[in-house]
Amino acid sequence: MRRHGLILAGLAFGAAPALLVAQLAVRGDKIYTMSGAPITDGVVLVRGSKIERVGPASQISIPSDYKLLRAKVVTPGLVDAHSTVGLSGYLNQPHDQDMLEKSAPIQPELRAIDAYDGRERLVGYLRGLGVTTIHTGHGPGALVSGQTMIAKTAYDNVEQATIVPLAMVAATLGEGARAEAGKSPGTRAKMIAMLREEFIKAQEYSKKREKPASEKDKDKEPPARDLRTEMMARIVKGEVPLLVTVHRANDILSTIRLGQEFHLKIVLDGAAEAYLVLPEIKASGYPVILHPTMYRADGETENLSMITATKLRDAGIPFALQSGFEGYVPKTRVILFEAAIAAANGLSFEEALASITSSAAKIIGVWDRVGSLESGKDGDLALYDGDPFEYTTHSTGVVIDGQVVSTARN
Amino acid sequence: MTLANRFILLVGLAPILAAQQTPVAVVGAHVIPITGPEFDNGVLVVEGGKIVGVGPAASTKIPDNARRIDGSGKILMPGLIDSHSHIGSPAGGDGSAPIQPDVRVLDAVNVRNARIQKAQAGGITTANVMPGSGHLLSGQTLYLKLKDGRTIDDLLIHLPDGRIAGGMKMANGTNSRRQPPFPGTRAKSAALVREQYVKAEEYRDKIRKAAGDASKLPPRDLNLEALVEVLDGKRVVQFHTHRHDDILTVIRLANEFHFKVVLHHVSDAWMVADQIAAAHVPVSLIVIDSPGGKIEAKDVSFTSGAALEKAGVLVGFHTDDPITDSRLFLRSAALAVRAGMSRDKALYGLTMANARILELQDRIGSLEAGKDADFILLSGDPLSVYTHVLETWVEGVKVFDRSDPKDYLYAVGGYGASHDQDDMSFEDEEKEEEGE
Repeated sequence: MRRHGLILAGLAFGAAPALLVAQLAVRGDKIYTMSGAPITDGVVLVRGSKIERVGPASQISIPSDYKLLRAKVVTPGLVDAHSTVGLSGYLNQPHDQDMLEKSAPIQPELRAIDAYDGRERLVGYLRGLGVTTIHTGHGPGALVSGQTMIAKTAYDNVEQATIVPLAMVAATLGEGARAEAGKSPGTRAKMIAMLREEFIKAQEYSKKREKPASEKDKDKEPPARDLRTEMMARIVKGEVPLLVTVHRANDILSTIRLGQEFHLKIVLDGAAEAYLVLPEIKASGYPVILHPTMYRADGETENLSMITATKLRDAGIPFALQSGFEGYVPKTRVILFEAAIAAANGLSFEEALASITSSAAKIIGVWDRVGSLESGKDGDLALYDGDPFEYTTHSTGVVIDGQVVSTARN
Repeated sequence: MTLANRFILLVGLAPILAAQQTPVAVVGAHVIPITGPEFDNGVLVVEGGKIVGVGPAASTKIPDNARRIDGSGKILMPGLIDSHSHIGSPAGGDGSAPIQPDVRVLDAVNVRNARIQKAQAGGITTANVMPGSGHLLSGQTLYLKLKDGRTIDDLLIHLPDGRIAGGMKMANGTNSRRQPPFPGTRAKSAALVREQYVKAEEYRDKIRKAAGDASKLPPRDLNLEALVEVLDGKRVVQFHTHRHDDILTVIRLANEFHFKVVLHHVSDAWMVADQIAAAHVPVSLIVIDSPGGKIEAKDVSFTSGAALEKAGVLVGFHTDDPITDSRLFLRSAALAVRAGMSRDKALYGLTMANARILELQDRIGSLEAGKDADFILLSGDPLSVYTHVLETWVEGVKVFDRSDPKDYLYAVGGYGASHDQDDMSFEDEEKEEEGE
């Protein structure tokens, strides 16, 4: 909407309205572009909502009419590969918890955009720490809980905030998907059986809806439009990735088996025991959005480890970190803090930073817009007064779509 | 006592637990003694589980028979003290009543719980293990030394008067508001507590009046006996409280009944720091990554440490494990420094402040001759994210060594790192305690 507004204004005045276009220069002692080597004493020029130029200060002269921000360290705006913030509110009361609907085990028709609250306080909290893009939506806790979306953290209005209205469909295998006694799915095998049935049903539904009826059936009506089956059909066609929250090694293998049977596009999520089945994950080609490094080791996640990220790296499996879903305190984790602990436990600084910028953007499918500082990409930047991972460093500035949205010292 | 009985007693008390035999000297580390200035190239000498010497290498004598530990390039500081933890999965009072001072965590802690090993990996050497906050008063807490114990007795701290060190857990606000017989409102919560303390005062007065005459003593009442310990100042009330008005309610109750109290969690501490300071009440602070998760924590902030320090309040930190991870306890202090607390007070908050909060300041909390030999070796600055706890020692015995693969498993997690846990999942525990 903002961009449309600019275009309309431009048309009205017959030329680009220079005063309305943000012109910003960010100079950093160290700039991590995430698309090349870090730049010492670098500059990022932002014009309008996009990055205009990135390079060493010695090669870029900052135009005098550009607003100048300075920082010790500049990174791309952080990309949270999986959150529920905006659907799960900070008060944690029934009225602000919209990430899980328990009336049926499979509800892929539930849209995240119909629930996202850009004014939610946690959205602003994450933004203040440098998080500019979140992949959020329906949470774990049902076999298929609903859709996810990708939003910029700058906007109150969901239409303005959304950059991808349908990113993935969220699924859960294992304890989280188990229904109450007497209802399905009650076991792991039943979970997979139900999903297989739904996918076969969806394939048949698409065939009937799309293909011309045979001579014999030509007078029959195609099946009525069904939102649930329609979305399952899009998943089984590989148009929409299935984000499967799964922790135990055997459940990860079940996910891969299911994915291979139907040629699904799968993203493994959580994956506490991924380190036990690295060759299988590698062979599947599925990326992993790993649980937060500080996630609690309990129940199905009892075997999680702070060094799993290093094992995924060593195995050559693409991965990102996430803030995940939290049912209690803290109501959201912060990817900056989670990546910091990964950096303290075997990832290099840049590998840890990639897990919350470039790798995250690639896995959630928005690498063309965010995740690195390159000319033509969105003007999303995070500024820090030191090593961003150090506990005692502060976020000192946040820029989203070329707008300075925070200069607080957080 | 018969000879046989005496024999059994001796066997029963025999120290099965490893105790320090030969003197140990940690040599060459940068030392943060907490109660004095930091210094380089230090020496710490420990013998018989106690610190016998600490100071610069040039002026500190090392016994000839001492086993030397190379501390060069490392940081040496006192073992961390966690003033509020739930390691060992201690369940306190049950659902029968909101006030249960007779219930002892002593009778509930599982010393084989893996979270105790994880706490050692975080450099914690003493923890106040508490029952949950779903009651106005959920029971007697335990101050435990995190040794590698076989039984709970191995971890207990015995006070000079023979009592076992521990506090009394109380709570106000929403967690203890439940269906009857639990209170439904804040005013009712305070009224129920006052009623019980009035009874305890009357009970104490009867005991005093009896002046040792057994025939005049009131019948034993375990609930009131425990509260008399509180009234007599022998047991500090460790009080879970979040909202600004609930914090003031705690202070009002403590003033009325003259009990010693420490405020715990204290989400709104930054709003009422001056009132807390004026009441001379210490704070055991939690540091949480984001606000909310429960209504009372909606305004929780990294800035509380700095605000309380400025007001002159004694501030310790706690993990509330499993709410925050014992392995990352240093992080709580570091995040408080991020929001303006001084480095010295933050490190004090992990050690000496908590020793004072547990009234164990003469035994633990700093590196000083005569104190327990509870110390940790770090790979770097205690406030850096890249720093790891390398070794943890309790009373002169090493209980954690990051270079030992078994200990490393507890430090970073992995297959089996949570085994030996009881059946209580975190979700269950949350319901039981209604959490942080």
